[in-house]
Amino acid sequence: MVERLAYAFLFTIFLILVPLIGVGILNLQKVFSIFVPYLAFLIFLFGLVYRVLSWATSPQPFKIPLVAGQQRSLKWIKSSYIESPYTKTGVFLRMLLEIIFFRSLLREEKVETHPKKWLLFTSKKALWLGSIIFHYSLLVIALRHLKLFFEPVPSFVSLLHRADSLFEIFLPTVYITDILALLALLFLFFRRILVRQVMYVSYATDYFALLLIISVILSGALVRYFFRVDLFDVKRFTLGLVSFRPYVPEVVGSAFYVHLFLVSFLFAYFPFSKLIHAGGIFLSPTRNLENTSREKRYINPWNYPVKVRSYEEWEDEFREMMREAGIPVEKEEKES
Amino acid sequence: MKEEKSVPSDLSPKDENWMDKKVEFKKGTYCYGAPLKHQKYLDLPHPREWQPHNEDWNLPENWKEIILEGMKSLLEKYRSFKLFMDICVRCGACADKCHFFIGTGDPKNMPVLRAELLRSVYRRYFTLSGKIFGRLSGARDLTYDVLKEWFYYFYQCTECRRCSLYCPYGIDTCEITMMGRELLNLLGLNIQWVVEPASNSFRTGNHLGVPPPAFKETMGFAVDEIEELTGIKIDVPINRKGAEILFVAPSADYFASPHWYTLLGYLMLFHEIGLDYTWSTFASEGGNFGLFHSYELMKRLNAKIYEEAKRLKVKWILGGECGHMWRVIHQYMDTMNGPADFLEEPISPITGTKFENAKSTKMVHIAEFTADLIYHNKLVLDKKRNDKWIVTFHDSCNTARSVGLFEEPRYILKNVCNYFYEMPENTIREKTFCCGSGAGLGADENLEARLKGGFPRAYAVRYVKEKFGVNMVACMCAIDKASLPILLDYWLGGVEVCGIHELVGNALVMKGEKERTKNLRGEPLQREENEKGL
Ligand code: SF4
Ligand code: SF4
Ligand code: SF4
Repeated sequence: MVERLAYAFLFTIFLILVPLIGVGILNLQKVFSIFVPYLAFLIFLFGLVYRVLSWATSPQPFKIPLVAGQQRSLKWIKSSYIESPYTKTGVFLRMLLEIIFFRSLLREEKVETHPKKWLLFTSKKALWLGSIIFHYSLLVIALRHLKLFFEPVPSFVSLLHRADSLFEIFLPTVYITDILALLALLFLFFRRILVRQVMYVSYATDYFALLLIISVILSGALVRYFFRVDLFDVKRFTLGLVSFRPYVPEVVGSAFYVHLFLVSFLFAYFPFSKLIHAGGIFLSPTRNLENTSREKRYINPWNYPVKVRSYEEWEDEFREMMREAGIPVEKEEKES
Repeated sequence: MKEEKSVPSDLSPKDENWMDKKVEFKKGTYCYGAPLKHQKYLDLPHPREWQPHNEDWNLPENWKEIILEGMKSLLEKYRSFKLFMDICVRCGACADKCHFFIGTGDPKNMPVLRAELLRSVYRRYFTLSGKIFGRLSGARDLTYDVLKEWFYYFYQCTECRRCSLYCPYGIDTCEITMMGRELLNLLGLNIQWVVEPASNSFRTGNHLGVPPPAFKETMGFAVDEIEELTGIKIDVPINRKGAEILFVAPSADYFASPHWYTLLGYLMLFHEIGLDYTWSTFASEGGNFGLFHSYELMKRLNAKIYEEAKRLKVKWILGGECGHMWRVIHQYMDTMNGPADFLEEPISPITGTKFENAKSTKMVHIAEFTADLIYHNKLVLDKKRNDKWIVTFHDSCNTARSVGLFEEPRYILKNVCNYFYEMPENTIREKTFCCGSGAGLGADENLEARLKGGFPRAYAVRYVKEKFGVNMVACMCAIDKASLPILLDYWLGGVEVCGIHELVGNALVMKGEKERTKNLRGEPLQREENEKGL
């Protein structure tokens, strides 16, 4: 584990050093403010499209929903509209619950063995809570950044800023979501070290993904809280990027470049790492299919003929003994 | 009560890199290789005599190529496979959900790790990050040891799908196990307990290799037994053309115990309602061990059901109590061997109920059928005749998580017996624990693994036994009926196993029957006085 952690830390530090050296020593402002973000975004876009297409174009041969509630069968038995969906709406709601509410994670219960009682089940909501807080904070943080890409700023974005900055007492504002996201990330990180089952299945890249996002948020905070970059200059830069008239910011410091580089890396890394789960969940065949397998025929596009044993062949082998035993056979009927 | 049975003590894996740990074929934990004769009969690839514990598996020269090619082709054919290879985040939510992990404490039985065995190879050969970062991103080379590990752990998964329930992305390790077994088959690595029944079923029509005359003879025994119990001589139609309904059950029902009593229950029920139906000696098996082997074998074995329905010119098909049989019928049959446009949409001839949910497949589950009969008051039932039993219900994984048959069997049970109690909520319905012997693992040589895998189920039964005095576990799966008695005897004792229709048969009041003093097992209807006070 130490080894895996070390690799994850080293690689994160390496990523932080790259822009520090690139900008601070080699003066490659242009490369890091224009070339890198564009490239990263392109990789993100093509990577994402490629991955999603690779799933979407491969066929799902069978209808294999994981049924978690009463099927629809007899009229007087109450069927489970969402857990065993039999309509498109039911499937849609099931997916919605999974995606918005992390429904399956909510089922989490820990199992332990016990010498007298044999098994102990404890309902655990920590992973669910941590994931919910993390994902939703990240969403708000991302939406907040829209401020940098629109002029005038859309009203819902300003509203978000105001709602998110309850701690007005601090100057500059401390955002609640920054703090929540960091706490949740730390929880997920330490969970991966301390819960042995999870630790056992974690790779260096699992730790790295968490460290990367932690660094993104921390560097973002640094930019705002400590180095107090010129927001107007930053906005001029971001607007330049989206309008394809790139502008190299003048006065921002190295913290800004670190943040920008880490975000760029995150984008480029996304499609080729486990982070892609965000896109995959929509296609999960155990969740997005109806439990109506006997009601509507489902087509497998590659359903090829196989070698079977036909009734004739079978009867040929057993006809004699069947006749003797007085069991009706096909051939005899025809003869007579 | 055998309290001292060693309960698995520790579910926390030790810190070591699982990738380096070689698998050890310890006697009692793995199944034997398939006999040559049956491999040949089914035209399986690379047939040879072979055993898992042999150092040398006599693999074909180019085995790596075969596996990687096979993987490529499966990735192209199954979105489920591709997706499940890509999106696991190793959150660990599924880790302690597998009965094999709980029972053995072996970390490679955590569903996530079972899947990683295959995923690590996928990463190494099919993804960019795996090619660049190698081990750091969980990629590893395909080696002889990896292959052995696959065999060991893909044949230590009962394809029960419990893990998938808890996974935030619905990753179904059953699906991955199925792919793993497809790949192993490409190298001729198959187990006896799957291939032999499959080959029998292909040749004779059923797993046990029962030829038609023996089938008829057995039914004769059943008729005699029923006559002795009830004084009524019933008729068992076999291969009767033009019957309205074809009835297909797992062959264990007519050749194994306690399945046998379920068979008696079916026969009595069909007689009592005057059902126009027939058995078939060709489609004399509802179960399908192909499901535990490969798509192709599953389809080959399944084909006979529709073929026979067509030949006998029935209107629709009724299916007996079986777990994996129903996964195949519900989720695969119509897609593989349909459309069944030569049959009619099933309607109960007794109640007129249309089974809308089976409109296309045209096959109805007997629990649906019987529940409907009871609901419409078509049966006279005397619950007291089951008073000997304090009953609980084991949801078979397949009819639970792949079909959603939760209420029908419960409705029947509550109508045929007075004492019915549920096991703890985390062990039933969609959360049900497997018996530990599904997916072709019901062999003798791996008994230790089965007993450990069944441990969570045994726990749940012990719970209701102590709390409510439960002495009977009802279930609707042929494999359960064979494996639960052994399991429960080992862990607790004093609990028996039956099918739903055995209890139906006990309670069923038949027209013109003599006074019943014995249940279908030939035991007195009531508990002996000294047994009563539990
Ligand atoms: S619950 Fe799903 S995502 Fe989490 S480790 Fe298991 S398979 Fe992977
Ligand atoms: S399908 Fe069942 S046996 Fe297989 S890994 Fe999942 S929980 Fe375990
Ligand atoms: S044998 Fe029964 S309990 Fe075990 S997997 Fe099959 S259906 Fe489930």
